[in-house]
Amino acid sequence: MQHRRRMTDDVQTDRPSAARIYDYYLGGSHNFAVDREFAKRAIELWPQLPEIMRENRSFLNRAVRYLVGQGITQFLDLGSGIPTVGNVHEVAQSENPHARVVYVDTDPVAVTLSRSLLAGVANTEIVEADLRDVESVLSAVETRQLLDLSAPTAVLMIAVLHFVPNSDDPAGIVARYRSAMAPGSYLALSHATHEGEPGQAEPHMALYAQTGTPMTMRSRSEVEAIVDGFEPVSPGVVYFPQWRPDPESPALPDPERFTGYVVVGQRR
Amino acid sequence: MTDRAEFVAEWARAIADTSYVSLSAAQLEVFAGGLTDTLVTLLDGPAYDAAAARRIGEAMIAAHCTGADTLQRTVVLLGDRLPDLRPSTADRRVSRIIGDVAAGYAAALREVTLAEQDAISRAVFATQRTAEQQLAFSEARFRAMFTEAATGIGIADIDGNILEANPALLNMFGYSAEAFTARNVSELVHPDDVPEVWEMYGELIAGIREDFHTEKRFFRSDGEVIWTNLTVSLIRDDAGHPTHQIALLEDVTERRDLLARLQHQAFHDPLTGLANRALFAQRLDAILAGAAGPRVGLCYLDLDGFKTVNDTLGHHHGDELLICIAASLERCCPDRTVARIGGDEFVILLEDTTSINEVIELAEKVQATLSTPFQVGTHELLITSSIGVVEQAVTTTDAGDLMTAADTTLYRAKNEGKNRYAVFDRARTQTEITRFTLAAAMPTGIRRGEFLLEYQPWVSLSDESWYGVEALVRWRHPSLGLLAPSHFIALAEETGAIVPLGRWVLEQACLQATHWWHTFGDEAPVVSVNLAPSQLRDPALADEVGDVLRQTGLPAGQLQLELTEHAVMRDEPASLHTLRALHAMRVKIVIDDFGTGYSNLSHLHRLPLFGLKLDASFIRELDGPRDPPEAKIVAALIALAHNLKLTVTAEGVESRAQRDRLRALGCDTAQGWLFAPAGPPERVTKHLARG
Repeated sequence: MQHRRRMTDDVQTDRPSAARIYDYYLGGSHNFAVDREFAKRAIELWPQLPEIMRENRSFLNRAVRYLVGQGITQFLDLGSGIPTVGNVHEVAQSENPHARVVYVDTDPVAVTLSRSLLAGVANTEIVEADLRDVESVLSAVETRQLLDLSAPTAVLMIAVLHFVPNSDDPAGIVARYRSAMAPGSYLALSHATHEGEPGQAEPHMALYAQTGTPMTMRSRSEVEAIVDGFEPVSPGVVYFPQWRPDPESPALPDPERFTGYVVVGQRR
Repeated sequence: MTDRAEFVAEWARAIADTSYVSLSAAQLEVFAGGLTDTLVTLLDGPAYDAAAARRIGEAMIAAHCTGADTLQRTVVLLGDRLPDLRPSTADRRVSRIIGDVAAGYAAALREVTLAEQDAISRAVFATQRTAEQQLAFSEARFRAMFTEAATGIGIADIDGNILEANPALLNMFGYSAEAFTARNVSELVHPDDVPEVWEMYGELIAGIREDFHTEKRFFRSDGEVIWTNLTVSLIRDDAGHPTHQIALLEDVTERRDLLARLQHQAFHDPLTGLANRALFAQRLDAILAGAAGPRVGLCYLDLDGFKTVNDTLGHHHGDELLICIAASLERCCPDRTVARIGGDEFVILLEDTTSINEVIELAEKVQATLSTPFQVGTHELLITSSIGVVEQAVTTTDAGDLMTAADTTLYRAKNEGKNRYAVFDRARTQTEITRFTLAAAMPTGIRRGEFLLEYQPWVSLSDESWYGVEALVRWRHPSLGLLAPSHFIALAEETGAIVPLGRWVLEQACLQATHWWHTFGDEAPVVSVNLAPSQLRDPALADEVGDVLRQTGLPAGQLQLELTEHAVMRDEPASLHTLRALHAMRVKIVIDDFGTGYSNLSHLHRLPLFGLKLDASFIRELDGPRDPPEAKIVAALIALAHNLKLTVTAEGVESRAQRDRLRALGCDTAQGWLFAPAGPPERVTKHLARG
C-alpha cells in the first residue's frame, strides 16, 4: 500500500485535526480555534459526543487494566493522538511499572507533542507512521527496540480504524498486524458504528469528510470481520459501556447511544 | 447532619461524568474523600486557610476534573451540603470556601489551559520548523540538482507554459531564461515528430498517463536541430489533479550524428560519397520486397577504358575522374539511388518503373551527360561508358538474378563495341549465363572427373559391321546434369580449357581402345577422337599423340582423329606439319562436317587424309520418298573423295531411306541412330563380345 506523503499535510493548523478534536472532546486545550469550531458544530448536531468520547476513553482504561491483568506488558497503541490524561502508559504502568508502550500516530503535531510529553518517561516511545503502513510501524527503530513481538503484545486500535476507508482494506491491515503478533497477543478495538443512532451517523460523517481524516462507520458484522482471527474475550463485540463495566459505577442506560463497538480479542 | 461518606459519594457521583477522569469509581471516591477531609479541616480549624481551600480547586484540575459542569455541580454541592456536614461552623466559612475552591479551580484551569495551548503551539512550531527544514533541504537539493545537472530540466504548467528551465536546458536550446519561459511546450513541435509524441503528451496533460519517454527533435534558437532523449512526467496536486509537467532532456545530437556518420560510412563509398554496394543491396532488397512498386529497373554502368586513365595519368587522376563522374550521375538522376559498386562500375536503381523504356531513356540520358569531357587537373578527359539495362517485375526476379542479368547485359554492351547500352534479353542471357558459368566451372570439372566418354558406332554400309566408334565427350555437371559437347567445347576453346580437356579425351579414348584391342584383336573398332582447331594449332599435338600411343600401347592405326574443315583448310604451315607427322605415325585423319566450310577443294589432295565425314545437313535432305536435289551434291562429294582415295562417312543417318540412298551413292560408312546411338563403352564391349 502506498501512501503519498503530501508536503502540505505535515502541518495543518488551518484545518481541523481528528487528534485535536478528540482532545477537545475530552476537555483538553491541545487544540486550536479551527478544531474547537469543528467540535462545537459536531456537538451541536450531536450533543452526546463528549460523553461518547469519554466512554471510549473509559473503555481504553478498562481494556488496558484488563490486559495487564492478563499478563500483558507490551503495548502498541496505533493512532494514539494527543496524549491526555489517562494515557496507556499511565494506566498500564500504574498496574505494572514494567509495562512498555509504543505510541504510533501519523499526525506530526501529535507526535511532536507526544515526544515532548514522553521525554523522560521510561519504557515509552512514539513513532510517526501511518498505521496502514504496517511495515513502517513494525520496522521502526522505536518499535523494534522497545517491543519484543515474539512475546505476547497488545495492539490497540482505539477509535482509529473508522478513519481507514474500505478502499484501504482495514481487515487486511489488521490481518497483517495479526501475522506479526505472537500467539497469546491481544487486539483491543473500538470503532464507530451507525447502528446505534442511525440518524446521527450521516451528518457526522459528512462533517468529518471536511477533515484530513474522513470517517467510515461500520456495522457489527463488519467489525467482526475486521477482527477475524482473534478470539473475542467475553463479552465479545459490544457497545462501549457494556464491556466489563466498573462494578462500582452505575450502569449506563441505553448503551446503543454510545454508537461504538468495542472488542478485545486474543490471537490464537 | 450529613454523613461524611454520603457527602463523598454524592460529590464523586456529581463529578464522575462531567469530565473524563482516568480514575475508577472507587479511586474517585478515595479522591473525593481526601478533598472532603480538607473541607472538614477548613470548617473546623481555628483560623480559616484560604490557600488550602484553593488547593482543593487545584487538585480537581490536576485530577482532570476540568469540565464546566464539574465546577457547577461542586459549587452547588458545597453550597447545599457543606453546612450540613458541620452545622456549627459552616455558616461563617461556606461562602468563603466555595469562593476559594472556585478561584483555585479557575486559576489552575487557566494554568493548565495556557500550558496546554503553549505545548500544542510549541509542538506545531517545532513540527513546522522540522518540516520547513526538510522542505528547505529537499528544495536545496533539488536546486543544486536542477542547476548543476548536465541533463536539461524544464518545468511547465499543465497548459504548457514553461515556468522554469535549468542552465543545461537553456544551453541546449540556446535561449535566455526569459525568452524560454515566454514559450509554450506546444511551440516545440518539430515537423518530423512522430504523431505518437504528441498523442502521449495529450494523454499526460489529461492525466491518463504519468510519464512518457521518447527521442525527439527540437529546434534551437538558431534554427539548428537537436536530438534529445526526452522524458516527461506529470506532477499532481494533493487532490490528484494534474498541475505541472517536468521534462528531462538529454542532448543526444552528437551521439546520433556519430551514429549517422558511422552508418553513412557503412553504406557509402568513401571516394565518391555515392551509395555503396551494401546500401544498394539493402534498397534493392526493399524494392524487391514490394516496398516501392511492382517493377524495378537497373542501369549497370561500366566506364570504357578506365584502366588506361589510371595507367597513363595515375590513380590520383583516376580517382578525380571517378568523383566527377559520380557527381555527374547524381545530377543526372537526383531522385535515384546511384551506387558505386566496383572500381569503375556504377548502378542506378529505378524503383516503380512501368517499362524497359523508362530505363533505356535514363541510360541514354546518362550517356549523353557523360559525353561531355571532364576537366581533371590539367587534362580534359573524354570517357565513354557501357551500360546494361534491365527492367523486371519484382515478383519474378531476385537480387541475384537481377544483378546477373545486368552484368551479362553490360558485358554484351562491351562485346558489341562499348560506348553503348544493351538491353537485357532473357533468352540470350540464359545462354550467356550458362556459358559463363560453365567456363568458370570447367577446370574444376576436369580435375574432379566430371567428364566422361560415350561411344557411337560407325558402320560399314555394305554389311553394317562395326567399323569404328567415335568418342564423344560428355560433362556430368553437378547441377546442370549431363551436357553434350555442343554446350561446352566452343567455350573450352575460348577459355583455353580445351587443352587439358582435349588431352584427357585423347588419353581416355586410347585407353579404352587399347582395352578393346587387347580383348578383340583385329575385331576391335577404330576409335575416332575429335580435335578442336586450337588443338591442331598446338605444335606439341603430334608429340602428345605419340606419347599417348606409346603409353597405352595402342597401334596407331586403331586411332582416328577428326578435324573440322575449317581447322584443316587454314593452310597453316604448322598445322600441315602436325598433320603430316600424325600421318607418318599411321594415325588416321578425317575431316568432320565436310561440305559446310566452303573450303578450297583444290587443297584437299595435298593433305594427308584418310577420309571425309559428310555434314549431317546433307544427310537430312536425303530423307523422304523421292530423290532430292541434294542427292546430286552428295554424289559429287563421294566421287571427289573416292577420286582422292578417301573414304566417305555419312553422319546423322536416322532412316532406312537415308541408308539406302547413301549405299546406292557408294558411301563407305555411316553413323546415326538408325544403327546405334552413342552409349557407354560397356555397350560397345557387349556388342563386340556377341560377335
